[in-house]
Amino acid sequence: MNWELIFGQIKWTSFVFAGMIENPSLSEAIASGAGSIAVLGALATVILLTVKGWWVPLWRDWLTSVDHKKVGIMYIAIALVMFARAVIEAALMRAQQLSATDGGGFLSADHFGQLFSTHGTIMIFFVAMPFITGLMNYVMPLQIGARDVSFPLLNAISLMLTMAGAIVIMVSLVVGQFSTGGWSAYPPFTGIEFSPGEGVDYWIWAVSLGSIGSTLTGLNFAVTIYKKRCPGMTLFRMPLFTWTTLCTSILMIFAMAPLTAATVMLALDRYAGFHFFTNGDGGNMMNYANLFWLFGHPEVYILILPAFGVWSEVVATFSSKRIYGYTSLVYATMCIAVLSFAVWLHHFFTMGQSANVNAIFGIATMIIGVPTGVKVYDWLLTMVGGRIRFSTAMLYHINFLLTFILGGMTGVLLANPGVDFQVHNTLFLVAHFHNMIIPGVLFGMFAAVQFWFPKVFGFRLHEGLGRASFWCFAPGFLLAFFPLYWLGMMGATRRTYMWSNPDYLPWLALAMLGAVLILAGFALMVTQIVVSVRQRAQLAAPLGDPWDGRALEWSIPSPPPAWNFAVLPQVTSQDPFYEAKKAGTAYRSPASYEDIEVPRNTATAPLIGLFACAWAFGLVWHIWWLVIVSFVLIWAVVIARSFATDTEETVPAATVKAANEAFLAAARAAPGVTRDQEMTSANRGRAIPEALEGRSGTIASGAPVEALS
Amino acid sequence: MPGSQGGSVTLRGIVGLLAAAVPKIALPKIALPAIALLAIALPGAGFAGSFLEPAGPIAAGQLSHFGVISMLMLIVIVPMFVALPIVLYRYRRGGKGTYRPDWEFNWGLELLIWGVPVALVVALGTALWRQTIVGDPYRALGPDPLVVEVVALDWKFLFLYPEQGVATLDLLALPEGRPITLKLTSGTVMQSFIIPRLAGQIYAMAGMQTQLNLLADETGDFTGRNTQYNGLGFATQSFTTRVMSADDFEGWVATAKTQQAGLDAAAYARLLPPAVVNEPVIYARFTPGLFDQIIASFAPGMAGGHAGHGPQAGADTPAAITAPATSHQQHDHTPEAAQ
Ligand code: HEM
Ligand SMILES: [Cu+2]
Repeated sequence: MNWELIFGQIKWTSFVFAGMIENPSLSEAIASGAGSIAVLGALATVILLTVKGWWVPLWRDWLTSVDHKKVGIMYIAIALVMFARAVIEAALMRAQQLSATDGGGFLSADHFGQLFSTHGTIMIFFVAMPFITGLMNYVMPLQIGARDVSFPLLNAISLMLTMAGAIVIMVSLVVGQFSTGGWSAYPPFTGIEFSPGEGVDYWIWAVSLGSIGSTLTGLNFAVTIYKKRCPGMTLFRMPLFTWTTLCTSILMIFAMAPLTAATVMLALDRYAGFHFFTNGDGGNMMNYANLFWLFGHPEVYILILPAFGVWSEVVATFSSKRIYGYTSLVYATMCIAVLSFAVWLHHFFTMGQSANVNAIFGIATMIIGVPTGVKVYDWLLTMVGGRIRFSTAMLYHINFLLTFILGGMTGVLLANPGVDFQVHNTLFLVAHFHNMIIPGVLFGMFAAVQFWFPKVFGFRLHEGLGRASFWCFAPGFLLAFFPLYWLGMMGATRRTYMWSNPDYLPWLALAMLGAVLILAGFALMVTQIVVSVRQRAQLAAPLGDPWDGRALEWSIPSPPPAWNFAVLPQVTSQDPFYEAKKAGTAYRSPASYEDIEVPRNTATAPLIGLFACAWAFGLVWHIWWLVIVSFVLIWAVVIARSFATDTEETVPAATVKAANEAFLAAARAAPGVTRDQEMTSANRGRAIPEALEGRSGTIASGAPVEALS
Repeated sequence: MPGSQGGSVTLRGIVGLLAAAVPKIALPKIALPAIALLAIALPGAGFAGSFLEPAGPIAAGQLSHFGVISMLMLIVIVPMFVALPIVLYRYRRGGKGTYRPDWEFNWGLELLIWGVPVALVVALGTALWRQTIVGDPYRALGPDPLVVEVVALDWKFLFLYPEQGVATLDLLALPEGRPITLKLTSGTVMQSFIIPRLAGQIYAMAGMQTQLNLLADETGDFTGRNTQYNGLGFATQSFTTRVMSADDFEGWVATAKTQQAGLDAAAYARLLPPAVVNEPVIYARFTPGLFDQIIASFAPGMAGGHAGHGPQAGADTPAAITAPATSHQQHDHTPEAAQ
């Protein structure tokens, strides 16, 4: 049999370890080390699952589940695993740049190229995206009083496609090389002429799988919000996190398509000799730049909007106060979503279009700053008249307000073509987008984890370790990225594995220190989770409302039952649960119970994910039999599933009633805790609303605001 | 103003009026020393040949614009840094602030938080518009510019001087005080060309032509480089820009003409394989029209149809390029535009 027929272009030298054997160096050793970690990690997981006998529960309770809550948890698990890889890559890049003045360093130029490409690609598509998607999955249906999303199976398929993409990118650690074209993969550099080999193909197929998954998610969530709100939940009573989820979903529907188009066209160039983006024969890379950023700019808002939603929930809850300017926040979010499609050109002011075009897009970019600025001040005003508790999530929020606004300032600077001409493609830009993404999105997600963890697992996270990790992350970020602004102004280009300018050294050293702190913060966060699991008995808050919450998700047990709401809630105002607690109508038994239909588990989604993964791998390595077989199998699964009729199972009313009445009885019997006891083991999740407590100051609802200072 | 935008006179009038209303004139004067001070106060703050130390009007304009925008932005930044600590202190749990759990809106504040950013964006936008037009890389900086054709290669830059008939690799010799028009293209992947102390970036793309106008008002060696990742040699893809007095430049050209090497199509082909150039190379002559041939080489079919249309690059006189009123036609990226 012919080797190539079976294995495509894989050769023995494709394996990362071959590089180490054939030409040993520190750079190769690190590559092999990373490959080994990937292999050993996978092996360790297999052994653990086998020894503990967890294969069956994993398959039965998780992989085949279509429950939005489990899907959400799996998304976030992917995000955390991928974050571990990408953040280590970031630290490696930092160390390389520090140690490499005038040559030297320990990474080869090619290895560094792969590092910034995998770091960027993973952070965007397999950390930030799954993180926000997982969170929206978990929280949004609970906030609108729904039992699941509109299309639970589609939801699981989105997850599995994303997981397939993540696996493909992990496989590239072991088999073959990754692209060096960066996360944006600009042709013609990424075309077959300049980047032969499998690297760019890994990028193309991993990203394509992720982007198709996200398109489906967007459709699913938008429909869910339109159609599955509980009675009384009008649009303008929706919690702000749900509003931002809606805007993000709409952005996903429209923005992922250009990306998929761009990656497929690039693939056609590479596989089939097309000339969409090649240098010659009518190809034009400017089309790629436009398509990519037509996705790329809305993408940053896809990421930040859910985080904005988190900030709104966190600041209102930990200030024990209504959000300031709800309507204004909603309109600001909508403005941002619409405008985000009108500014993509600011990513290539330097392409030679006329000054007028540049000016128009520059001004459009500044205009987005207006609603964003409004939101920031809305959050500040939310605290005015509140009683602020400095929980870990709230610390992240305060840090966000201060740092995000500085990132906004540098963003406005970059919106000026004249400024951009100088700092485009430098570390100034790198500092700017990390300044938005880390305190904004990433820390927003970390705050969300602190906030909703007790809802998801029924116990709080260890507060002390949470703070410790915050106090590493926040200064770590400042140290790691603020020097980069200055470096960029001094002319340090991005994606550069070494410079010969000794003036950069002190700044690179500071940035390295910051990266170390960030790593320490992450280690503390993992520790926090482990310690909290160990101490789950003391930290337990099964009664569902540990933070004196406001929206519907806090009205149900933690963790919530498969059906979420025993009886669909009736909503009459914003902050429905908070109002019910104040009015004394919370935890009342419903008049009657009904049978509930929940979707059955199905192997459809994991099978599609598995075959999609095989398909992508086959494409990367030109293993055509695998491509054909897995493609046929994907559609075979889809078709087979379309014949399945028995896709739902019924939970009898009696079961629902027993569970719910037990919960309500426990909640009613539990002594409510005040906010003073929030972080103690007395907090089992039954809150006395702060507004009823009257501890300090008087309650003066509705009174006009007093002047600041 | 040279390079006036046909048809947008009214718009510019309005913008100009708005701009006059903005008290921003004094700002650059404050901003520049502020930035400079900051820089000096910081350890190891060599400017490393960056735009923080401009050596020409374009880079100087970019730096002062940076200052203007930064200062204006403080209007929204500072209140947050002042108010947040106060709010946190006053309204912390147990603090003195009155608890108003249901307070959620106030028209006065609302107008303030929408109004200030809107007004600010008007000011910023006006400044942006003016600077963008003035700093347009396609706007010629005066009559009779020196034209240099730039070909971005892996990992080096080729400079062709049609007027002088000489060419260089990784050395850009320029006369002080004379407007310069760089015409750029790429013989390989897209690159981004910059000489930070003189002017900002512009992309160089195969089969297309872009333009960068600049002027040096200081002599000296300034580093220029590619900022768009293009493979293994990217980190070291820089070149020296040597600005000399007009007389020295004449002398330099005369010496260049005495060099042995010339650059014809075959020699150009030898430059194509990716490589880093350690020492600049000077060519005494080059095949006229080489620049346009390089552009056309990426679209043989298309260029063929236009071959007879007009003079090729050899006939490129400075006068033909400076016609500023048509500058925006030249933004066209098609190969035809190269003619
Ligand atoms: C948490 C600590 C992080 C550190 C220390 C870090 C560090 C870095 C470094 C050193 C680079 C390369 C800069 C260069 O081009 O020279 C980089 C690039 C990048 N990072 Fe991060 N990063 C972090 C987190 C993130 C996060 C959370 C995201 C997004 C969710 C992200 C997205 C990116 C992207 C998109 C690039 C550009 C890659 C490219 O050039 O194509 N990073 N980062
Ligand atoms: Cu953008």
